[in-house]
Amino acid sequence: MSSLAVGKADTAAGVTPGAARSRPPLRRRIALVPTAALLLGALYCLLPVAWVVIAATKSGSELFATFTFLPGTGFADNVSDLNAYRDGVYWQWMGNSALYAGLGALLSTLVSAFSGYALAVYRFPGREAIFNTLLAGVLMPPVILAVPQYLLLAKADLTDAYLGVLLPQILSPYGVYLSRIYASAAVPADVVEAGRMDGAGEWRIFTRVALPMMVPGMVTVFLFQFVAIWNNFLLPYIMLSDDEKFPITLGLFTLLEQGANTPALYTLVITGAFLAVIPLVALFLVIQRFWSLDLLSGAVKS
Amino acid sequence: MTTASRKAYGVKGAPYAFLLPAAVLFLLFFALPIGYAIWLSFRKVKVSGLGLGSGARKEVWAGLENYTDALTDSELVNGALRVLGYGCIVVPVMLGLALLFALMLDSDKVRLAPFTRLAIFLPYAIPGVVAALLWGFLYLPDVSPFYFVLEKLGLPQPDLLDGGPLYLALSNIAVWGGTGFNMIVIYTSLQAIPAEVYEAAKLDGATPLQIALRIKIPMVAPSLVLTFFFSIIATLQVFNEPTTLKPLTNSVSTTWSPLMKVYQDAFGKGDIHAAAAQATIIAVATLLLSFGFLRVANRRNKQEAAR
Repeated sequence: MSSLAVGKADTAAGVTPGAARSRPPLRRRIALVPTAALLLGALYCLLPVAWVVIAATKSGSELFATFTFLPGTGFADNVSDLNAYRDGVYWQWMGNSALYAGLGALLSTLVSAFSGYALAVYRFPGREAIFNTLLAGVLMPPVILAVPQYLLLAKADLTDAYLGVLLPQILSPYGVYLSRIYASAAVPADVVEAGRMDGAGEWRIFTRVALPMMVPGMVTVFLFQFVAIWNNFLLPYIMLSDDEKFPITLGLFTLLEQGANTPALYTLVITGAFLAVIPLVALFLVIQRFWSLDLLSGAVKS
Repeated sequence: MTTASRKAYGVKGAPYAFLLPAAVLFLLFFALPIGYAIWLSFRKVKVSGLGLGSGARKEVWAGLENYTDALTDSELVNGALRVLGYGCIVVPVMLGLALLFALMLDSDKVRLAPFTRLAIFLPYAIPGVVAALLWGFLYLPDVSPFYFVLEKLGLPQPDLLDGGPLYLALSNIAVWGGTGFNMIVIYTSLQAIPAEVYEAAKLDGATPLQIALRIKIPMVAPSLVLTFFFSIIATLQVFNEPTTLKPLTNSVSTTWSPLMKVYQDAFGKGDIHAAAAQATIIAVATLLLSFGFLRVANRRNKQEAAR
């Protein structure tokens, strides 16, 4: 019996016994245990975020006196206090983070795209050696790098400067690795060969042919690097002492450190944390559909 | 003829030209600092007299002195043990939960999957420092909902920021932050398993649990290895979370984890030579552990493949 006939019978006489039988079972079973487990997991992951949203609305006295998940009345005051704190240095921190993460991720993605393309498309002496050397960078504990990086950059007078935080984060071994995987899946060798037959130079082939093909993967590399730099704490912690140049992570940390002596600052820390979470969560929600997350696991469907 | 040879040369030079920016950055910000750290680790400052006046402090060759000092330093050893204990909680719990959630997401007829997947992945977007800060406040008796509930129920209220519970408190932050990312990695490779495999198993009468244990988990073993590998590295390098909790409690010392000890020696005490030796030891330990782990994992995989 064709489905068209079932459809006709349906419209003609409502639900006929024959039509009901050909449908999938009516009891639309829900897998209860998996759904419940996932909901518990979601609850656990959202709990601190929900807490900070509510806590940011509380005035200093309400924070310690009222039930945690009861909204307070002090949100506007908290925000204006945060604005007033050290002439709005908080917004400077946010701007700095945007600069470090935005520019850093952009440069990092370009460098990764160059190297990933070269490693995927060309056969040349030293290819695997270069790749493995770059990859070993993933394993280096950040501190074995950051301490001597600090000492070396101090000699170049670049500590306590924007460049001191920006430059060491441009090369990402993981970004190179991802770009190589993506380039070898997305850029077919015969396309590159065809470009050469047409007399295009290597640079032209890369910018006009290969790079457009690599864009989806490079978006993932960019986002990955953006989050990594935005979340970085150790490097700016070591590199910077002038708090005008702090990223938001370091700024909030110093605020918390001072808050340990003056609990009045706790409301500032909490409001600051809440506002700092907003842009990243918003970014995350908007862009998560553009991520090819399968790339992160090293699996690319070509 | 000349154009042809020039073209061939151009192709030959091209990959190196493309790799040039990465190579320069690697030399400046990876190779040079590592070399410098190793050089520093074999040096020490010798103070003559009272250490006053020019020439009283001289950098001299120290041999392995910094290394023997570091390996016998109880602070560093204790830090390593603390991180070991912390890792023994974080890695299995985080990856266990990640695998569990990935399997649940992949199961039939599950509801709200897109929402829960996003919610569990969300902590990945929150910086470790901010995560530690949020949880830190949730651990503080004065503001925490947990204590409020415990008090209302008349139950004892343990101090989450001291002693044994401190390990759980710190582990919880890492588990919260890392589960979602690992879940996505595992879930993605689950999705790559062809449907025919399940159909064949179902025809053979396998239950969903059997399919999960006998088919799904073995088939995602490579991503489990990958997530395991990254989790171990991340655990050894824990720094942000204990540093952030430090202002909230007296129980987190400035040398709680090995990296904190390196930071403290380099910038607190100003002994960069001792710090360099410790950093080198941590790097070597990381490399040995990672390569050892990869070798074992590879051998396992080969055996599986051979069967």
